[in-house]
Amino acid sequence: MALNRRDFLKSAAAASAASAMGIAVPSTLQASSDEAQKDWRWDKAACRFCGTGCGIMLATKGGKIVAVKGDPEAPVNRGLNCIKGYFNAKIMYGADRLKTPLLRMNAKGEFDKKGEFKPVSWQRAFDEMEIHAKKALKASGPEGVAVFASGQYTVMEGYAAQKMMKAGFRSNAIDPNARHCMASAVVGFYQTFGIDEPSGCYDDIELTDTVVSWGSNMAEMHPILWSRVTDRKLSDPDKVKIINLSTYRHRTSDLADEEIIFSPNTDLALWNYIAREIVMRDDAEKIIDWDFVKKHIVFASQPVNTGYGLRREGEKSLKEGKYSAKEMEIVSKEMSKVVSSKEAPALAPFGYKEGDVMKHEVPKVDGQPNPLKHWEISFEEYKKFLEPYTADYVTKISKGNPDESDEEFKRKIKLMADLYIEKDRKVVSFWTMGMNQHTRGTWVNTLAYNVHFMLNKQAKPGSGAFSLTGQPSACGTAREVGTFCHRLPSDMMVANPAHRKIYENALNVPEGTINPVGVQHIMKIHRDIEDGLVKFAWVNVCNPYQDSASAEHWIKAAREMDNFIVTSDGYPGISAKVSDLVLPSAMIYEKWGAYGNAERRTQHWRQQVLPVGDAMSDTWQWVEFSKRFTVKDLWGESAPSGPRKAALPSIIKEAKAMGYNEDTTMYEILFANEKAKSYKLDANDPVQKGYDNSECLGDSRNVKGSDGKEWKGYGFFLHKYLFEEYADFTRGHGHDLAPFDVYHQVRGLRWPVVDGKETQWRFNAKYDPYAKKEAKEGEEFAFYGKLAKALKQGDLKGITDKEGQPKPLPNKAKIFARPYMDPPEMPDAEYDIWLCTGRVLEHWHSGTMTMRVPELYKAVPEALCYMHPDDAKTKGLKQGGLCWVESRRGKVKARVETRGRNRPSKGLVFVPWFDEKVFINKVCLDATCPMSKQTDFKKCAVKIYKA
Amino acid sequence: MMANSDNNRRKFMATTLQSVGLTALGGLLWSGYSHEVKASPLVLRPPGAIKEDDFLSACIKCGLCAEACQNRETNIDKETGKAREGTLIMAKGGDAKLIGTPYFIPTQVPCFMCEDIPCVPVCPSGALDFASLANEKQALDINKARMGLAVVHKESCIAFWGIQCDACYRACPLLDEAITLEYTQNERTGKHAYLLPVVHDNICTGCGLCEQACVTEKPAIFVLPREVSMGRAGDHYVKGWDKKDQERVKDAKSQETTTEISKESAADYLNSGGEY
Repeated sequence: MALNRRDFLKSAAAASAASAMGIAVPSTLQASSDEAQKDWRWDKAACRFCGTGCGIMLATKGGKIVAVKGDPEAPVNRGLNCIKGYFNAKIMYGADRLKTPLLRMNAKGEFDKKGEFKPVSWQRAFDEMEIHAKKALKASGPEGVAVFASGQYTVMEGYAAQKMMKAGFRSNAIDPNARHCMASAVVGFYQTFGIDEPSGCYDDIELTDTVVSWGSNMAEMHPILWSRVTDRKLSDPDKVKIINLSTYRHRTSDLADEEIIFSPNTDLALWNYIAREIVMRDDAEKIIDWDFVKKHIVFASQPVNTGYGLRREGEKSLKEGKYSAKEMEIVSKEMSKVVSSKEAPALAPFGYKEGDVMKHEVPKVDGQPNPLKHWEISFEEYKKFLEPYTADYVTKISKGNPDESDEEFKRKIKLMADLYIEKDRKVVSFWTMGMNQHTRGTWVNTLAYNVHFMLNKQAKPGSGAFSLTGQPSACGTAREVGTFCHRLPSDMMVANPAHRKIYENALNVPEGTINPVGVQHIMKIHRDIEDGLVKFAWVNVCNPYQDSASAEHWIKAAREMDNFIVTSDGYPGISAKVSDLVLPSAMIYEKWGAYGNAERRTQHWRQQVLPVGDAMSDTWQWVEFSKRFTVKDLWGESAPSGPRKAALPSIIKEAKAMGYNEDTTMYEILFANEKAKSYKLDANDPVQKGYDNSECLGDSRNVKGSDGKEWKGYGFFLHKYLFEEYADFTRGHGHDLAPFDVYHQVRGLRWPVVDGKETQWRFNAKYDPYAKKEAKEGEEFAFYGKLAKALKQGDLKGITDKEGQPKPLPNKAKIFARPYMDPPEMPDAEYDIWLCTGRVLEHWHSGTMTMRVPELYKAVPEALCYMHPDDAKTKGLKQGGLCWVESRRGKVKARVETRGRNRPSKGLVFVPWFDEKVFINKVCLDATCPMSKQTDFKKCAVKIYKA
Repeated sequence: MMANSDNNRRKFMATTLQSVGLTALGGLLWSGYSHEVKASPLVLRPPGAIKEDDFLSACIKCGLCAEACQNRETNIDKETGKAREGTLIMAKGGDAKLIGTPYFIPTQVPCFMCEDIPCVPVCPSGALDFASLANEKQALDINKARMGLAVVHKESCIAFWGIQCDACYRACPLLDEAITLEYTQNERTGKHAYLLPVVHDNICTGCGLCEQACVTEKPAIFVLPREVSMGRAGDHYVKGWDKKDQERVKDAKSQETTTEISKESAADYLNSGGEY
């Protein structure tokens, strides 16, 4: 077709405008537009960054991504993006992309922990990994081999890593950075609903009348969702109310009708205040939906003396004195603490008073340690528990701005409670890291559901407590695939023998393969390295040496102890720097993949371009690694080790009975089995046609693979096999995923996908086919989750009916009596100010990608210490000048910012963590929620002085 | 061609005279030519700079402001402990700015709006006017600086496309005052909002932190001297709905007006022949 220049410009502009409007382009016009950009190929993908899950379109030309656009058809973002998404096209082409494996070596070319990084072949890299993994297995058994996994893994990568670790190595020491991000939300879901992930979806935003943000700076961290909240507010500004609760002022307050600044950790008290208003005013005002509560809810209590997830007495590194006296001031609180005047009223119903020494212990169930222990109580007991949370008490402990009057704070919290309570007012509570990164994170998550349940404002269009996720596939991979130490796919548990059996059978591995002890969560892996138990650790799609609190301990352990740390990454970050071997990974659009977002939406994409240099995907790296291990290497008997007190029996005999022999490789069993080979590569398959597949077909780079020969591909469709094998676990269990091919035709689907239809509101019989099936005649809801669905009976303080059998709770959810408690470290005379960490809109996590995009780097080149101008003045600091931020654990130098986007009240500073040159995790405390093991990055005590 | 060689000649003259002026006579000789050699009306001056024409005469090109800017306590590099590049640059030959005078380029180093404004008290000539930055308590207040005014080019500003950006808004030291966000519904998507940056000329100091933060290839928000970026509505009309607006026209006076049609006297018009 002949086009002159003017026609060419006109048709290209019209076609792009029309597609942005969702208008069908007439075919002749479409054809001329194609002519204009005929060497561009557009294809759909998901954004690389946060848990929102925006859809994008990528244009490739000459084997490189040249442009990106928001996908106008994507329901989440309808063609829009935030500025991170806007730069998706630029994240893969930073000048310092890792292009070849790098090994620390001496002059003779031998591995040397103190040597310098030098390029090596993939073959040499895998040789070294094999040597050191086998050494670790010999020294510590399966518990000695660990993986720092990720909520940014593709579904396929996560499943490949999980299979090789859990079924191959028989090690459960695989845990994702998602542990730091939403583990508290997960345990909250488990304990409340018996199944993971939110009941609602983003459509709630358009349907609600009230958005209450609890510890979530949505304006910066979920900008596209925030733009939807803004639109909802604009659509009915008088009716729609927005409340922002936070420990410091941030941009989410901009749109808020009310901003409530609370003292760190007292969100527990604020939720209980609302619950108290509901319960105490119920007689007069008939607030509680008793019909709903009686049908669907039980009340529960638990031990409160559970500590703070710090290191416990007797652990090796404590005995060896690796913790300073200053550090021990806080670590000692893990063993016992003195009940403070601040928390005493809240703990009174549990039998504690001010000055009592509270001894901390791990609760036991049937003689076994179980931090998740809880039991059923009566509503009367629950009411007794709520008694202390009067407006006076809550104002006294919660008011976070010393310059605000008590009356003003009381007015605001009363108004908030009234909005929740208002009949027929729909309410969504959103939260992210403020409630998850919390030494009582699981508790505070469940307190949110308490309020929504009593009002029957949960699992309904426009109403519900909704945990927003930080990472792009924390839901889709870390949680749903189960790359946690304690999990298997689709909410199955390592500790459950029936679940292990289902998993083993599906994988065609002997029964008894899976190690029943899965407790090496991400902080435990760091600690196990410091204790010398873990001797081989592999970092996948994360940056654990920058993102973990008490960072100096873990870096020292990695660099100075006898171990081997491998990091697979696209760019060199702190984790790569402290490693012994660095592997170049294919980045997101250089491989086939899938992510699952915060509203249960699964989204797939195809490989768009070839990886740079010799980079290969993490899936390939795992599968190649599996070739190095045989039945005899991994499946023999293993003596008790670390947390596992019993021997792991040999399964070699059983393996032989299944047709394997001692020399069968894990590759043959787990990845290149008959089922896998049934997924054919087919150049005529509309899904595969015209697209690269570096793992399965090899590619024009002819990378020298793990055997030193040119990589020619597996010869079968590995990604589809991995996805389908994993998805089979979800089908029929309330997590149902659609077939692989379907995801290549749609803009994601929200599971459970039943009969080809996605689900918007779970547990609601009107919308969720599972709830419909389970709900009794005339009932609207069924909380059909299966975990922890039988409880013993007791009162607030403990189980009273010790001999009684646990009472089953089919289709019921729980309301928990969980009190306000102090965090382990609070400001005192020396460390007199709270430190909170977090993100900024412009940068993603540790900044390895976004700090390499020139525009984003220029916009925010360094992390600042945001503080109140009066605090700066008192401490002799100047706006823009340098200060030290110092805790009992370490210090960093940062620039003082008393203006700008974050405006703390007096007594708190905020320092973001994206900047490796302001390494704030050296300062943070590795205290965790004792139930979820998620680190509290939102509060510790520091002193600030002039640098 | 003519215009070009004329320009070149002027540039040459300016450069020569500037060197003479600098070496021999300081600011005195110089001021006579300043009008001629004002190469660019787009130059951004330090806080407190007096009106550009007067500034060019007053500034003695001593460089103390730039030195104070670079050596200020808040300009220490975190890693090296040494002073970073300062905001203020002393114009050199080829800068197309009057040689020897201080200016800044926001995309290189913006003004960080130091609270103690180290560049101003050191000025020996009055080119940087302390009084213009003093608040009621006679203390320096950087928020009173008017170095320029930020202007948003809507077509290249991606916030106007619906992208959630607002990098300029978050970079603004007077966030929510000098730049605010205007919220409007995005009719195309039906469920998102535009968050649009709006600059307020009565608060913006022209520090350029927004321009530096802007993520578009060439910044869609940029600072221009206030004279360049601001229009003027005129003082014959007062906003009837704004009580304070009369203050704006306090110097209003009646003026005779002339247009093409009224330039002749009434009699001349009436007596002129020709067609109706």
